Amino acid sequence: MAQILSPLPGTFYRSPSPGQPAYKNDGDSVAVGDVIGLIEVMKSFHEVKSEVAGSNIRFSADNEEPVMAGAPLADLD
Amino acid sequence: MLKKLLVANRGEIAVRVIRAAKDLGIKTVAVHSAADATSLHVLLADEAVNIGPPAAKKSYLNIDAIIEAAKSTGCDSIHPGYGFLAENATFSDAVTAAGLVFVGPSGDAIRLMGDKVSARSAAAAAGVPVVPGSTGRVEGIEAARHILIDTGFPVMIKAAAGGGGRGIRIANNLAEFEQAFPQAEAEALAAFGDGGLYMEKVIGKARHIEVQVLADGKHAIHCYERECSLQRRRQKVWEEAPSRALSEELREELCGSAVALAKAVGYSGAGTVEYLYDDEANRFYFIEMNTRIQVEHPVTEAITGIDLVSEMLRIAGGEPLRIRQKDVSVRGHAIEVRINAEDPSKDFAPFPGTVGDLRLPGGPGVRFDSMLYPGYQVPPFYDSLLAKLIVHGETREAAITRLVRALGELKIDGMKTTKPLFLALAADPSVQAGDVHTRWLEGWLNDNAAKLAD
Repeated sequence: MAQILSPLPGTFYRSPSPGQPAYKNDGDSVAVGDVIGLIEVMKSFHEVKSEVAGSNIRFSADNEEPVMAGAPLADLD
Repeated sequence: MLKKLLVANRGEIAVRVIRAAKDLGIKTVAVHSAADATSLHVLLADEAVNIGPPAAKKSYLNIDAIIEAAKSTGCDSIHPGYGFLAENATFSDAVTAAGLVFVGPSGDAIRLMGDKVSARSAAAAAGVPVVPGSTGRVEGIEAARHILIDTGFPVMIKAAAGGGGRGIRIANNLAEFEQAFPQAEAEALAAFGDGGLYMEKVIGKARHIEVQVLADGKHAIHCYERECSLQRRRQKVWEEAPSRALSEELREELCGSAVALAKAVGYSGAGTVEYLYDDEANRFYFIEMNTRIQVEHPVTEAITGIDLVSEMLRIAGGEPLRIRQKDVSVRGHAIEVRINAEDPSKDFAPFPGTVGDLRLPGGPGVRFDSMLYPGYQVPPFYDSLLAKLIVHGETREAAITRLVRALGELKIDGMKTTKPLFLALAADPSVQAGDVHTRWLEGWLNDNAAKLAD
């Protein structure tokens, strides 16, 4: 089991922009380098790329949730 | 006179407004999000109200929560600062409808100036020169092609409901134009819910010059101009007053046109009329009017000795404008630089962090407006402006020398900031000569990235 952590403090978004589908849904598989969400820091947006591969992703952070650097965003099998 | 003011903002401008209110004997109420409970504006105000979670749209943009906070604390007025709800006509109307005083213009004045097309029409009607382009919204691509006769290329296609540099496209020839126009229409509709467009000639090398006005609904005066040509991604980074580019004759003409516009629309409060100035043709053109106090207002305060925020509060309290045009004069030269929590050596990446040891500049001719204190944790949820360093000297050269001295005294441990950018700019011959335009800085940044490391 692996965890994906937020690289930055800010606001976490699950999709590229409002109204668009999420980058990943619960249960999806993830490869190294896959974008799993965005972090908004001081009005600029940064992609969160997974540094681990795994299956059955389960998000622990909600869309638009404020997160600290190092906070868990999702778990992988 | 107002008795108790709610400040609907955060950061350095909330601190600035609270100070001005206290100087007039007005009680102050701060509002804050859950992420700002330890912010300086909260610590300085007489009272503070938590209005919601960190996300701005759930706190600083939450009109109902802000008005409720004002009522529950017995306020008679609300100052919006800049950004957030400052140019939101619905907010101004809602404040008034709640029986409170909005420190700024009416909802109708904000609407008139907030829509670029109606603002442009109002300016033209008041005799203010506007950039060659469409006289209003462009109805379809056929009409747009006719406007190209006046504008030529390159031409700018702007969303009527856009702002802050968003919703703008530039076409360099007819082929690009035929492609860009329908795209801009679709984009404006998606981004702003309004597909309205207008067109403007692109002025190649232009300076950004703006005029500060103060008005009480009947009378209006100007407090001279500011030049803000040093911009990155259409965001000002260095502002100064007066502009070195204007002759005395042009200065009077420019400032007079801003007063004419303010009077024509019955403006009340502090406002800024923004222009592009074409150095080569010695001509100026209206761009837009901002119906609020601006970030760079302290340079005007430095050269005129007028406390603009204090005057806003007096006007909102029902006092007639107490300064006459003949009493406004310019002394010396002032420069403001924006100290942002960004790393200029890494393409200005945002840098939220915790302030360690803090050494602030001081002495004659130096003002430092900020929300910083040692141990302050800068939240990642809002913009990156930490502080504004304002210097004033007898001449522009003296102001630049003083800027370098003051930057040398400034030390913000634990943070990356834009300080190295300003040290490098102050040493640049083009900046020293004032030989810049609105697109100069981006070119300079491409060539000088190596000078920006700490």
